[in-house]
Amino acid sequence: MIDATKADRVGASIRAASKSYGHFRALDNVSLEVAPGEFVSILGPSGSGKTTFLGLLGGFVQPTSGSIWLGTRDITFEPPHKRDIGIVFQNYALFPHMSVGENITFPLRARRLPKSNWADKLQGALDMVELGGFESRRVHELSGGQRQRVALARAIIFEPRLILMDEPLSALDKQLRESMQIELKRLHRKLGATIVYVTHDQREALTMSDRVAIMNKGRFVQIDTPEQLHDHPADSFVARFIGEATLLPVTRAGNDTVTLGDAVLRTSRSVPQGKALSLAVHSEKLVVADDNAPHASNRLSGTVTETLYQGESIRVFLKLSSGGDLSLRLPSNHAGRLHLKKPGEPITVALHPEDTIVVPDAP
Amino acid sequence: MTISIASPSDSHERSEQRLMLLLLAPALLVVGALLIVPLGWLAWQSIWQDGGFTIVNYQRFLTDSVYWMTFLQTFRIAFVVTLATVLLGYPVAYVAAGLPQRWSMIVLALVLLPFWTSVLVRAYAWLILLQRTGIVNSALKSAGLIDSPLLLVNNEFGTVLATIHILLPFMVLPLYATMKKIPQELVMAGSSLGGSPLHVFLRVFLPLSLPGMIAGMVLVFVLTLGFYITPELLGGGRTYMVSMLVSRNIQVYNEWGAASSISVVLMICVFLVFKLASLLIPFERIIGTR
Repeated sequence: MIDATKADRVGASIRAASKSYGHFRALDNVSLEVAPGEFVSILGPSGSGKTTFLGLLGGFVQPTSGSIWLGTRDITFEPPHKRDIGIVFQNYALFPHMSVGENITFPLRARRLPKSNWADKLQGALDMVELGGFESRRVHELSGGQRQRVALARAIIFEPRLILMDEPLSALDKQLRESMQIELKRLHRKLGATIVYVTHDQREALTMSDRVAIMNKGRFVQIDTPEQLHDHPADSFVARFIGEATLLPVTRAGNDTVTLGDAVLRTSRSVPQGKALSLAVHSEKLVVADDNAPHASNRLSGTVTETLYQGESIRVFLKLSSGGDLSLRLPSNHAGRLHLKKPGEPITVALHPEDTIVVPDAP
Repeated sequence: MTISIASPSDSHERSEQRLMLLLLAPALLVVGALLIVPLGWLAWQSIWQDGGFTIVNYQRFLTDSVYWMTFLQTFRIAFVVTLATVLLGYPVAYVAAGLPQRWSMIVLALVLLPFWTSVLVRAYAWLILLQRTGIVNSALKSAGLIDSPLLLVNNEFGTVLATIHILLPFMVLPLYATMKKIPQELVMAGSSLGGSPLHVFLRVFLPLSLPGMIAGMVLVFVLTLGFYITPELLGGGRTYMVSMLVSRNIQVYNEWGAASSISVVLMICVFLVFKLASLLIPFERIIGTR
């Protein structure tokens, strides 16, 4: 059976790693500590250095400087096949000339493990990904989701000390992707494995991870829990990348106040000094101001420019009288519809100081 | 309203098919006139002599030892050449496929360079290099490695060597094309799963490059079977290949029937080689359309 006992669990540690290609710095002094059994996602737009980071951990890319540790072992210069890291590749990278069973037992053969154990291990791995009875199928006979599971089984059968996943769900359709997310979480709990998960899908990262490391231009901008990232973004890049935030330039007026045009906004967080600032407004945090809105809320007025019916919610776009565009969501229920204005009508929205997020502009 | 009326799309499709046939016609005509008809005439000649059917031309394959000795030598040479081009071409293709585009193009250009000179020129070049007083022998002699010159040419060795040189691109190119199509991720996956470089090569890369190798082998083997100029110039009369047998029968003995029968038998041999290879991989992959 596949079972990672607590003693087997190790963390991974990337210490001040850089990678340059000529003058281009693909990775710029990145550090990340992954605790044993933790699920950490690397989230960033394409070209941010995610793939290089993955290559660094997998052993396909040598760092220009810095080191990589697996538990207490320095693996910076160890070749991939000695690292004991299971990798699930974006396009699964299943061997087309082998059956499902041969694919999954490849790590056992490569490690010259005694053949007597193979059957049990194969059965365990197939059960784990719910593909019992598929061992003699050919790879090309499988659906995308099934290939995904085979790749997963192949990466866990040798009980690796770390599992890397490179956008493993990006090739699947939305529905399958969501069910695989839940399944991967279940698998993570069951195996207790340490997982580093690379993705460009923020919702996927927020749903699955213990912590998310946001990457931009070869650096980690913020490494935090999903909730912290959403509610306390480190800068405008994170705020823009996580959730549906609209950014508006503001200027510092005091320790807890900023000005947006001629409106003064209060925030319950301290306003950073000496930097260009932006107000990050999540559409779900804006409410249409009526008499029920808390008195302490910041109020912004403008004109409705467009409304979009999106099924479970209605998105309202508005232009502020001080300039700048915002949007908010109204639930598409009766109460929500009461607040609905037509394009061209004036509207006042409220933003609670707790939800008034002021971030420094990203460099 | 009648149902039997063809829909507009049907008639459109038919007129399109007519146009396609029209476009194909010149090519079909050329192939028909210059290939099918002469081949038919060739086969006919081997069985029709002096106003009657005869099998005497084919009987000679059983009775005349020159015939089957020649076929034997031809197949032996083809086999050795094929084996040697695999051993020489595989590493070249492997390196070229692994290099960045710019460098791999340079390697392939070097492989293809000999293509731009005629077979005749290349045969004479080998003659100059390999003859008793040639560059190779005099270099070895002055280095003190040999006392008397080695017999490097005017024999089977010289023929095989020059044939390998000429046919190497036919091995390298299909191999390269196949290797280029092997996703790099499969090799990366293999090594991440614990496979040593050798293990990954033997279990992943080699099996996936096999179609290209078989394609190259078939091409080289079949082309060698029909080689003429190279054995004629470098064989020194000791190397006797099938094509030379054909030419002798026409030029020396004016025996068109005998020459035709040899050609027909050689053609059947080629078909058999293709048939054999197509059991291993689909024919489309041998000629590179897939």
